Amino acid sequence: MDTATPAVTVALHDGASVIASSGQVDARRHGELLLPAVDRVLAEARVKLDAVTGVVVGVGPGPYTGLRVGLVTAATFGSALSVPVHGLCTLDGLAYAAGQGGLEGPFAVATDARRKEVYWARYEDARTRTGDPAVDRPADIAAELAGLPVVGAGAVLYPEAFPDARGPEHVAAGALAALAAERLAAGQELLEPQPLYLRRPDAQVPKNYKVVTPK
Amino acid sequence: MAADEPLVLGIETSCDETGVGIVRGTTLLADAVASSVDTHARFGGVVPEIASRAHLEAMVPTIERALKEAGVSARDLDGIAVTSGPGLAGALLVGVSAAKAYAYALNKPLYGVNHLASHICVDQLEHGPLPEPTMALLVSGGHSSLLLAPDITSDVRPLGATIDDAAGEAFDKIARVLNLGFPGGPVIDRLAKEGDPKSIAFPRGLTGPRDAPYDFSFSGLKTSVARWIEAKRAAGEEVPVRDVAASFQEAVVDVLTRKAVRACKDEGVDHLMIGGGVAANSRLRALAQERCERAGIRLRVPRPGLCTDNGAMVAALGAEMVARNRRPSDLELSADSSLPVTEPHVPGAHPEHSHDHVHEISKDNLYS
Ligand SMILES: [Zn+2]
Repeated sequence: MDTATPAVTVALHDGASVIASSGQVDARRHGELLLPAVDRVLAEARVKLDAVTGVVVGVGPGPYTGLRVGLVTAATFGSALSVPVHGLCTLDGLAYAAGQGGLEGPFAVATDARRKEVYWARYEDARTRTGDPAVDRPADIAAELAGLPVVGAGAVLYPEAFPDARGPEHVAAGALAALAAERLAAGQELLEPQPLYLRRPDAQVPKNYKVVTPK
Repeated sequence: MAADEPLVLGIETSCDETGVGIVRGTTLLADAVASSVDTHARFGGVVPEIASRAHLEAMVPTIERALKEAGVSARDLDGIAVTSGPGLAGALLVGVSAAKAYAYALNKPLYGVNHLASHICVDQLEHGPLPEPTMALLVSGGHSSLLLAPDITSDVRPLGATIDDAAGEAFDKIARVLNLGFPGGPVIDRLAKEGDPKSIAFPRGLTGPRDAPYDFSFSGLKTSVARWIEAKRAAGEEVPVRDVAASFQEAVVDVLTRKAVRACKDEGVDHLMIGGGVAANSRLRALAQERCERAGIRLRVPRPGLCTDNGAMVAALGAEMVARNRRPSDLELSADSSLPVTEPHVPGAHPEHSHDHVHEISKDNLYS
């Protein structure tokens, strides 16, 4: 499952292929949509949650509030069912989906970070990220990514910075699960299911208190 | 403790405490709390994003700690309760998401409950079943209200509330003016014990004959105390911190207890319950005891650890929901930062989408 972007997406994967999946785009209702989506996907596959042997969750980067819904849900499932919980970079899921769609490297992936910024990373190919994800203003990275296709809603949103914007716009849990299954089968370690915020919380140490006595 | 009383786990994340409690009926079995208060201290108040991040980190470990402490197995639970509001939206969402996932994974009914009603219900763990009706004075950094509760699971009526600052906020602000740090409640309580509460006559807000009898106002008091301190400083005199703390505290608890006792008399209620973080204040407890005794009212105040935000209070209300067969919440349950006090819980929207139906596919017990 992934809730790091406006997409609330859930998929069930049996190690070979996606059995059922759900994707809804609603940036404000991650909390309401995720569990019913899990329930629908399991019902469609006629599988009970306790048959699941592992949980994979997108760790972002993403705007915080929605991101946490997926992470805490995954962690709680892991605890309740005693199954492992793995993290994957949400941008890696988008890159993998772009590869499934026929895009070959190199390219970049960008999602909407709000506040006129994007979360982004460069890829050698659909499975290989080069460098850590970052958060920047589109204009500040346009030159660096010039000539590259850029995948995702963060690219589509800023056509002047990313003239070669490509789909898919949103991450799909099916791609995330397929990538995880591939890596686990190859004996590779996945990430800890910890959030990639990339920004510090907005918090300011207050100045001295305001004097109330009129001058 | 009867084995047939409901065994409920409660999750609380409305502010800066990640709380998970487990109760059986009115018996407390575990109360695990992880607090991020130290992280907020240097900001002089709770920073919502810092609180939310801390909840995510602490959530599952705190659930596991509570289960261990209670010595019960998750599969034996009769329900999962969670604070669905009011509170900080992002903070609430972490607890609500965890509770939904836990209830779903264990195939247990879910109860989204009201934080304020939980503050009242927690006293069942200390003093047994609540009398009906109960008069409750809730005072904390986020709320100051007088509530009449004929049935804590379904009928809670607001009689009055603060029209500006919450009582706890006033303590924090005065502590800041006096450079005493955050949070202000405990330190002012401590210093006030060594001061003279009658030394400075600070104003009692909204106590005039034409004022709303059950509403509170602490903003004017706060300004008045700050001006008094500033005048001393401007005159180059030393500020008598202990006397200021004692006189300020006296002004707050005088108004709180006076109005609460009056509400009991007016409504013919012979029990007063006081809850919320400020109920840990020793002078509030003492003065309330004195005035209740004089008025023939029985005072119920839980121990300080149960007055501040915790998971046990949520579990206590959840257990009452189970015991009284209230309709569970559904999987669409959302965090509602402004959930009205008149809604003690958030039942599922559609009876046909009740818990059992949603879980039709997994009806046979996951662990059977
Ligand atoms: Zn509270």
